[in-house]
Amino acid sequence: MVALAGAIVLSAGACAGEGGATTADAEGSSGLTVYSGRDEEFVGPVFEAFTEDEGIELEVRYGDSAELAATILEEGESSPADVFLSQDAGSLGAVAEAGLFAQLDDEVLDRVDERFRSPDGLWVGTSGRARVAAYNTGALAEGDLPESIDGFTDPSWEGRIGFAPTNSSFQAFVAGMIETEGADATRSFLDGIVANEPNIYEDNSSTVRAVASGEIDVGFVNHYYIYEVAAEDGDIPVANHFFVGGDPGALVNTAGIGILETSDEAGAAATLVDYLTGKQGQTYFAEETYEYPVVAGIEPREDLVPLEEIESPELDLSDLGGTLEPALELLAEVGLL
Amino acid sequence: MVQTASFGQVRFARGRGGRVPRGLLLLAVPVTALLLLPVGYLLVRAAEADAGSWDLILRGRTVELALRSVALVTAVTGAAALIGVPLAWLTTRTDLPGKRVWAVLLSLPLVIPSYVGAFALLAAFGPRGLLQGSLERVFGVHRIPDISGFPGAFVSLTLFTYPYVFLLVAAALRGLDPSLEEASRSLGHSRWRTFRSVTLPLLRPSIAAGSLLVALYTLHDFGAVSLMRFNVFTQAIYLQYRGAFDRTPAAILSLMLIAIAGVILALERRARGKARYHRSGAGSARPAAAASLGRWKWVALSVCALVAAVAFVAPIAVIVFWLLRGIRAGGEAVLPWGAAGGSMVVAAGGAALALLAALPIALLSVRYRGRVGAATEALSYSGYALPGIVVALAFVFFAANFTPSLYQSLPLVVIAYAVLFLPQMSEPLRGSLLQVGPGIEEAGRALGRSRTKVFRVLTAPLIARGATAGAALVFLTSMKELPATLLLRPTGFETLATRVWTGASVGLFAKAAGPALMLIVICCVPLYILARRAEVDRVDVRAE
Repeated sequence: MVALAGAIVLSAGACAGEGGATTADAEGSSGLTVYSGRDEEFVGPVFEAFTEDEGIELEVRYGDSAELAATILEEGESSPADVFLSQDAGSLGAVAEAGLFAQLDDEVLDRVDERFRSPDGLWVGTSGRARVAAYNTGALAEGDLPESIDGFTDPSWEGRIGFAPTNSSFQAFVAGMIETEGADATRSFLDGIVANEPNIYEDNSSTVRAVASGEIDVGFVNHYYIYEVAAEDGDIPVANHFFVGGDPGALVNTAGIGILETSDEAGAAATLVDYLTGKQGQTYFAEETYEYPVVAGIEPREDLVPLEEIESPELDLSDLGGTLEPALELLAEVGLL
Repeated sequence: MVQTASFGQVRFARGRGGRVPRGLLLLAVPVTALLLLPVGYLLVRAAEADAGSWDLILRGRTVELALRSVALVTAVTGAAALIGVPLAWLTTRTDLPGKRVWAVLLSLPLVIPSYVGAFALLAAFGPRGLLQGSLERVFGVHRIPDISGFPGAFVSLTLFTYPYVFLLVAAALRGLDPSLEEASRSLGHSRWRTFRSVTLPLLRPSIAAGSLLVALYTLHDFGAVSLMRFNVFTQAIYLQYRGAFDRTPAAILSLMLIAIAGVILALERRARGKARYHRSGAGSARPAAAASLGRWKWVALSVCALVAAVAFVAPIAVIVFWLLRGIRAGGEAVLPWGAAGGSMVVAAGGAALALLAALPIALLSVRYRGRVGAATEALSYSGYALPGIVVALAFVFFAANFTPSLYQSLPLVVIAYAVLFLPQMSEPLRGSLLQVGPGIEEAGRALGRSRTKVFRVLTAPLIARGATAGAALVFLTSMKELPATLLLRPTGFETLATRVWTGASVGLFAKAAGPALMLIVICCVPLYILARRAEVDRVDVRAE
């Protein structure tokens, strides 16, 4: 029995040895190690295009943005990562605050809308996503929808709205609302929404599917989900409605990238940051993931409200994480979590 | 043919095996060192605490969340025992039709990852799930009761963890000497009285062990509870990592979670009792006569069918539905064979290492009842009580900074699995060691055989059943493991669980469905082997 177990361990070790060898080979080609909090589904193709265009091999480690940020914090000076690409500004802010990011070139920073980069020049946005109300075009016309998300607390919306309270983008929206409107206003907004008996979904795509099937008329989601669901399910009768006037419902969050201070591939890392914030990268995000380019001169999908016209609430995106706890507490108190 | 199963008045043969063999202690040292890593990491982080972090912890809903965790753990453990014990009895000791098929079918929910299972349950029985859809079409029902919150968390965790109790109790029932129960029956006691006063006490260690696994699993689970929107203690820990990015409060909260686990462990030790469970004589190693269910047969069959339908068939049906919907929409079925191979290698490695690590600890604590054994054994539950992310970050911290060559390598993933799931190995192992009388080993020694030889020739074959069961459990759980795999794997290394995550996290269930089905099919193999093994044991016994 023990001999058998030993044999299994050894064979596992041997397999591990082989696996380790391939990793070492890849390292031998002086590749760039990227920690990616964005899913392979979204960014895999643009990484491949980068390698093809620039001749720099990438070793991409996929994971959850916040967990990868925690990993980098634990690794500290020993981090094997050269670059950290994150789904949200909060994770970038945490790494920046720990002093683990290197300063980025001014040239790269200046390309990007001021709302979507680190005030200290330690990380820069790569693409934006806007909160919207996705509505069923069979049930509603654009003009039927309120200008502020607060309008959905009106009793006429009872039983017609839905969202995913466990989704981090929704939670970031609530955190943003606390930042700009205060906790009391946020609570009365949430109370009003709860009074309208919203439908609760597991995630954004389920919410969009419910809007498509007519189960609800309106869902609070990120702007690109209607395109993703359409790609999987076929044409759906759903359109995006954007809130205006700096409304908390119009929060635009950003994915972004930073270079680790300890990277010994700083040159190649800078090339990747340049690529993703350059024409090829930005066009990719606009056309393939239906996100907002964050650099002037690259247009989003034509049926989207241009980014500069979205009056998003005034706040520092990388600070939103700190307000997440009160946001979750509030959501729990009103019974949404 | 006499057997001691006397409870309460058993003399304790403390240190019966005499001096603890030095070799055994030497083996236990590296195991203890590994097990100390997560706790050590948490202490390092917690030591950085200032007034601010304590304020953060006390200001939040820490106490409330702890109480909710305790309530959920209590309810799930109780329900898992109430389901697991009767099902184990039905499938081993009665004339239930097709009981061998049921034995496999009823242990299958174990192969469904709780995050996949909870998601599937919501899709099937949620307020707008498939069930409501068909009810609406047929009867015009618009609303069915919402299962999210406590009921959903309770139901899904119970359904996907009761097999721990079921498997351990069924194994114990198969290993029980039927002559004790026969004696009770011959004294005129009813079947129920015999079960209550003879069988049940003999099952105490296995019920306690299975319940412990269920309780600690529920305590550390994050996936199912967050999908069901029931906030518990693990949510407070995740929040520190995800929102505040503050590792100090997260560490303090994790230590509190270990403290709760310590209380659960103490309760289990009390429930387990201090009796001896091994035979003192040769015993009668033959299968017990099957109890006739009579008219209750149909009730029993319906109960088995209901549990299997909700806990296994429904989740599978939902996953197949996703797969078909994806294919219908023009997608391809994604069947990642490479990831399947990767999963099996690390999970088998985890099971093997867990066996190597658990053996010295189990021997020390069962045979020698020494303080070292007891302390190491208690320590071995700390990894299992913690959310995967916490243990993973502990290994990130130590490996990245002190053993860089091991960092992000397969051996590190295997080590993490062993540390995370050691109790799933040690509980069944301990159970089978308890059934082996030390007299056998002493006789072997008296005949002049070396300690190693005695272990190899006498002890090892007798505890093989427990070792196999433990290895199967660790293998299954490792196959499903996600958070530690994501953080510790070599870059680019994929397992089925990471592929399910890749698909599901972007809402593409068609992409997640293929790997999820493969994961479930592969996990059925060790369960099948376990069931076969039970049959083989039985045939051997008959042949004697």
